[in-house]
Amino acid sequence: MSRKTLTRRQFVAATAMSSTALIAAPYVRGAYAAGKLSIGFWDHWVPGANKASTDLVNEWAAKEKVEVTIDYIPSQGNKNLLTIAAEAQAKSGHDIFAMPTWWAHSNADQLEDVSDIMGKIIAENGEVNGTAKYLGTAGSKWLGVPACVGSQIKGPCSRIDLMKKHAGIDVQAMYPAGSEPKADNWTLETFLKAAEACHKAGFPFGIGLGETTDNVDTAGAIFLSFGAHLVDAKGNLTVKTDEVRQALEFYKKLIAFLPPDVAAWDDASNNKWLVSGRGAMIMNPPSAWAVAKRDAPQVAEQCWTHGFPAGPKGRFAPYLPYFWSIWNFSKNKEAARSLLIELSKPAAIEKMVVASGGYDLPAYAKLTTLKVWQEEGPPKGTLYHYPNPYNHQTLSIAASPAPPKIAQQIYAQATLTKMCLRYQQGEAMEKTLAWAEGECEGFMRS
Amino acid sequence: MADVALQPDRVGAKQPARNRSGLQRALKRKSTAAFLMTLPLIILITLLVLYPAFYSLHLATLNKSMQRFVGLGNFEFLFKRDTFWLVVKQSCIFAITAVFFKALIGFIVAHFVHNIPAKGQRKWRGMLLVPWVIPPAMSTLAWLWLFDPSYSAFNYTLSFFGIGPIPWTGDAAWARFSVILVNVWYGAPFFMIMYLASLKSVPEQLYEAAAIDGANWWQRIWYVTLPMMRNIIAITTLFSLIVTFANFDIVRILTAGGPLDHTHIFATWAFRIGIEGSDIPLGASVSLFMVPILAVAAIFILRDVNKRGNES
Repeated sequence: MSRKTLTRRQFVAATAMSSTALIAAPYVRGAYAAGKLSIGFWDHWVPGANKASTDLVNEWAAKEKVEVTIDYIPSQGNKNLLTIAAEAQAKSGHDIFAMPTWWAHSNADQLEDVSDIMGKIIAENGEVNGTAKYLGTAGSKWLGVPACVGSQIKGPCSRIDLMKKHAGIDVQAMYPAGSEPKADNWTLETFLKAAEACHKAGFPFGIGLGETTDNVDTAGAIFLSFGAHLVDAKGNLTVKTDEVRQALEFYKKLIAFLPPDVAAWDDASNNKWLVSGRGAMIMNPPSAWAVAKRDAPQVAEQCWTHGFPAGPKGRFAPYLPYFWSIWNFSKNKEAARSLLIELSKPAAIEKMVVASGGYDLPAYAKLTTLKVWQEEGPPKGTLYHYPNPYNHQTLSIAASPAPPKIAQQIYAQATLTKMCLRYQQGEAMEKTLAWAEGECEGFMRS
Repeated sequence: MADVALQPDRVGAKQPARNRSGLQRALKRKSTAAFLMTLPLIILITLLVLYPAFYSLHLATLNKSMQRFVGLGNFEFLFKRDTFWLVVKQSCIFAITAVFFKALIGFIVAHFVHNIPAKGQRKWRGMLLVPWVIPPAMSTLAWLWLFDPSYSAFNYTLSFFGIGPIPWTGDAAWARFSVILVNVWYGAPFFMIMYLASLKSVPEQLYEAAAIDGANWWQRIWYVTLPMMRNIIAITTLFSLIVTFANFDIVRILTAGGPLDHTHIFATWAFRIGIEGSDIPLGASVSLFMVPILAVAAIFILRDVNKRGNES
C-alpha cells in the first residue's frame, strides 16, 4: 500500500486555505441557531390556560430560532417545590423556573440578576407592587421577573344574597363594577358584625385556621391590618406588642363565628364551603367561583369578589406572586432574558390573563384594568375589583415585613394561625406570645 | 460444599495460559457468580440508597444557607426546640401504637383465616389483603373524605344515632386517633399474611400432643403457637416499626401535621422544614434522627432472633 507523506509546505498551505474559507464563508442560520432553552412553568389549574403560555413561547422560539422545551409542573403535592430543591442541589435542570412566593429569595444565590430587563419591563408596564418587590428583590438585584401566571390576590369572595339578607351589606354597592369602591365603612368591626350575623343565620364565613396557605394568608392580612408583626423589617422580635395582642383578641372573637372545624381546614375546604352554598364568604382568588360556575351555577351567580376590610393600620389583602427566574447554571441566559421580556409585554400578559379566565394577576400598575375583569361573569363585573384596580388596598404577604428568610419560616410553620388557635383554645395570652417568640427565635438561625 | 470448581493442574503450561485459567477459575467460583449477579442491585442500592443517605448526612452538617460546616450544630439546635420533642413523642406514639394494633389485629385475623376450610380460604385471604395492595396515597384520600371536617361520611352516619359531629382531624386527640387508625387499616393485612404463613408451618403434632396433655385453647396459643411464631413476630415487628416510623403519606394527606403540630411525625416535619421552609439541612437532621432510634430497635430484635436461631 502506497503512503503519501504531507510536506510542511503542503500542511501550512492547507491550514491557511481552510481558515480563510471558514472566516469568509457566509453565516448560515440553522433551525435552532440560538441554542436550546428549557422552561419549568407552573401547571395552571384552569383548563387550557397552559396553551396560552405554550403558544407565546413557541411564537418567540420560531422567531429567535431557539429550541424550546416546556415542562408544566403542578403545585399539587408541592411537586414544584421538590423540583426547585432538586435543581438547586444538582445545579442543573431548567433554564427558567416559575418560583412561587418565597422561593426566589430562598434560592437567591443561585439565581441570575434580571435587573437589566426589569428596568425595560417596568418602563413599559408601570411600577411593580410592593409585595412583588419584597419577594422578588435582594438588595438591588431582581431575582426574577414577576409572572402573571399563578399570581393571585386572596380577597373576600362574598355571597351577594346572603350578605344582603343576613348582614345588611350590599357588596355590589360597596364595590361597584366599573367604578371606585365605596367601602369606607368596610372595616374589621363591620366584618366581625357581619360574621356574627351570618353565623346566626346558619351561613358562617368560611375562614380556615389550618396550616396551609389560604389559612395563613388571611391571618397575615388581618395581622397587618392591626400593624401586628412578629418580626420587623430589621429582624427584631416584635411579638410582645399591643398590636399582636389586638390581632389575637380579634381572632378570638372571629373564631366563635366560624365553622367549628376550621382548625382542620386546608386549601380546598374554603372552596368547598362556598360551592356547597353553606357559607356567606370565603377568602380566595376566583378559583372557587370558577368551580361554582361549573358545578353550582346558582351559587356562582351570587358571588362577588371584592376588597378586604380595613383595620386600625390600613387595608391589606393577601397577594401571592410567582416569578420567572433564571438559574445561574443556565447555559442560555441571553435567550432566557429575551423570552422573559417577550412574556412580559402587555399583549402577552393580556393573552395569559384571558386564558386563565381572569385568575392570573400581573404585578404592574398599568395592567390592573384589563377588559377580562370587566366582562367576566356571571354576575357581570364579579371580578372587576379582583386585581385591585384603584389601589384601594395594600397588597401584602403574611409575615412581612420580616426579612424574607425569616418570614418564610413564619409562613411555612403557620405560626400566625397556630397563635390564634392556641389563644382561642384557652391558653393565656402571654403564654401564646412566649411560644411564638420562641418559635421566631428559632427561625432566625442563619 | 466446595466453593471452587475443581480444575486439573496443568503442569508445564505457559504463564499467560496459567493467568487465563486463574480468571476462568475465578469466574467459575460460585461466590464470583453470585457477586456478578447481584452487582446490578448493589449498584442500584449504592446510587439510590447509600449515596442519598451519605448526602443527607453531609447536608445535616451544614448551616441553613448550606455554605458553612456546623458539625452537630443542627442537632444541638433541634434539641432546644419544644416542637422537635413534640414530634419525637408523637412519632413514638404513632409507631408503637400502630405496630401494636397491626400485630394484634393481624394475629387475630390470621387465626380466623387459618380456621376457615381450605376451599374458601383463598377468597378471604385475597379480600383481606386489599387494604395493603392499594397505594396508601390513594386509600388515604378516601379516608380523608370520610374524615372531612365539614362533610364527613362518618359524621353523617353517626348523626342518625344522635352522635357527633366528631372533629376527626380538627382536634389533637381525634386527629392522632385518625392517623393511627388509617395506618393500622393499611398495615394489618401484612401482619395477617405473615402470621398466617407462620401458623401453617406449625406442626399439627404439637397441637395433638398439647390436646392429649389437656391443654386448653389459651394454653395452646401461649405454649405452642406463640413460641413457634416468635421469630416471625419479631421480624415483622421490626420491619413494620421501621416503615411506620418513616411513614409520610398517611399523615401528610390526612392532617399535614395539624392541628397545632399534634400529628407531625419525623418525615412530615422534615418535609415541612426542609422543603416548605427551605431549610434543607435542618430537615435532613430531623429525618436522620430516626436512624439511631431504629438502629437500637433493630439491634435488640435481631440479636434476639439470632440467639433463638443458635439455640435451636
